[in-house]
Amino acid sequence: MIKFNNVTKIFEPDLTVLQDINFEANKGEFVCIVGKSGAGKTTLINLILGLEKPTSGEIFLDGKNINAINNSDLQKIRRNIGGIHQDYKLLSNKTVFENVSYIMEVEGKDQEEITEQVPKILDIVGLSERFDRFPNELSGGEQQRLAVARALINNPEIILADEPTGNLDPYNSYEVIQLLEKMNQLGKTIILSSHDREVVNKLQKRVITLDQGKIIRDEEQGRYII
Amino acid sequence: MFKNFIRILKFAFTDFLRNKGISLAAIFVLVVTVMLATCLLFFWGASDYLLLQIQNKIDITAYFKEEIQEQDIILVKDKISKSSFVKEVEYISKDQALEDFKRKYGENEVLAKALFEVGGNPFLPSLNIKTDGNPEQFKEVSDILAGENFAELIEKVDFSEKKDIINTVFSIRSSITKTGLVLGFVLIVIAIMVVFNTIKLTVSSLKEEISTMKIVGATNWFIRGPFIIQGAIYGFIAFVICFIISMMGFHFLSDKIYTILPGFNSFKYFISNIWIFILVQIIFGVGVGVISSFFAVRRHLKV
Repeated sequence: MIKFNNVTKIFEPDLTVLQDINFEANKGEFVCIVGKSGAGKTTLINLILGLEKPTSGEIFLDGKNINAINNSDLQKIRRNIGGIHQDYKLLSNKTVFENVSYIMEVEGKDQEEITEQVPKILDIVGLSERFDRFPNELSGGEQQRLAVARALINNPEIILADEPTGNLDPYNSYEVIQLLEKMNQLGKTIILSSHDREVVNKLQKRVITLDQGKIIRDEEQGRYII
Repeated sequence: MFKNFIRILKFAFTDFLRNKGISLAAIFVLVVTVMLATCLLFFWGASDYLLLQIQNKIDITAYFKEEIQEQDIILVKDKISKSSFVKEVEYISKDQALEDFKRKYGENEVLAKALFEVGGNPFLPSLNIKTDGNPEQFKEVSDILAGENFAELIEKVDFSEKKDIINTVFSIRSSITKTGLVLGFVLIVIAIMVVFNTIKLTVSSLKEEISTMKIVGATNWFIRGPFIIQGAIYGFIAFVICFIISMMGFHFLSDKIYTILPGFNSFKYFISNIWIFILVQIIFGVGVGVISSFFAVRRHLKV
């Protein structure tokens, strides 16, 4: 489903963030990407979303080289990916409800479906009392939960979660990880980037360890070892 | 498609109302631009009116020989009238010319004495010819009158005496038109740049938002649409404001303008050209708003 083929990313002038990355994540797989800060986890997520272009190598999504497709096809692919970003990437000018409904509107879903689904997902992430608030009126944890709700609302085939528990307390972290596991059980592919040792070890899923831009370990049912 | 359009409209109106400060700033600069365009259009019309008035006062007079019969002069008048560029031809008989002179200068003793000294009626019958005011046309009329057919009937044509005045007025008119166009163009370009930069700043403040919209898979038109509709809303509100200001302005300043430009009623001019004013105001309001938004968003869509 996702394939990295000799991918290297160098930021100008000479900062090598990723070097010769090769891995494949199959449909329905749960892959944890671990590594220290600056190991290249976020860049790897951005490369899958087409937000960065690799300096060399290719990235395939469902067999399509995402750097060789046109803008319209790239947007179609992005609509099928639920992204939870480290900096949340919420729409600051829209309310909690609108942040989630926007994703469904982009997809062209009917209004009745939106009115039905959005309150459900907001209830699941515990934001049912915050419908009309704007992101800047939410706490860090609430913003992160909103980002999770937004990533899940369209039932995407792939979920890219970049430090989704970074700002959450242990209870909320557990809730989010449970949601991701549930999505995985439903056949969705999950790429989770994290430096939360406890979360990764508890999951007992495939772990790819990055160090200084290189894959140093790739284990089925791996553990967080750096 | 229709569903998306409705959503784009909804986003545009919601964002417009939520960002009141930004909306007000954009409307304000658009009002300035539209008012500038309106004033330029008005001044162009007023100066055109003024110069036309001067031009209309300029005419050619062909003086006929004393012995020429009235019916021959009328024949010439009919022939001249047929020319496409001749607006009006008036026949002034010997007696009429004397009457006109007396009426005009009757109270001037020196002239009255001079007329008495000359004795009888020294005036010649004449044709007073008016054209559209173009010096070329005056010259053509003058050439026709000086031609073989009429040369023996006509004593003199006063075109050469007025030639300089005609040329001066015509060149003033054309240079005012040219200068007005260039000056207007420069002012409008500056105003458009101000509008564009204001809208660019407002859009730049939302560049993170635009980039997020791209990341979640929105198409360019789905992102761009609300900004363009907002540009149209800014422009439309600016148009309404300017329309009301200009209508009231021309109405209340009508008397003052009348004293500067006798015979020119600014409000009547505005009403009789209302569709041109509306068109110019809409083009500068909505057009500039929409185009500015289009280009301001475009640079942030490359995510």
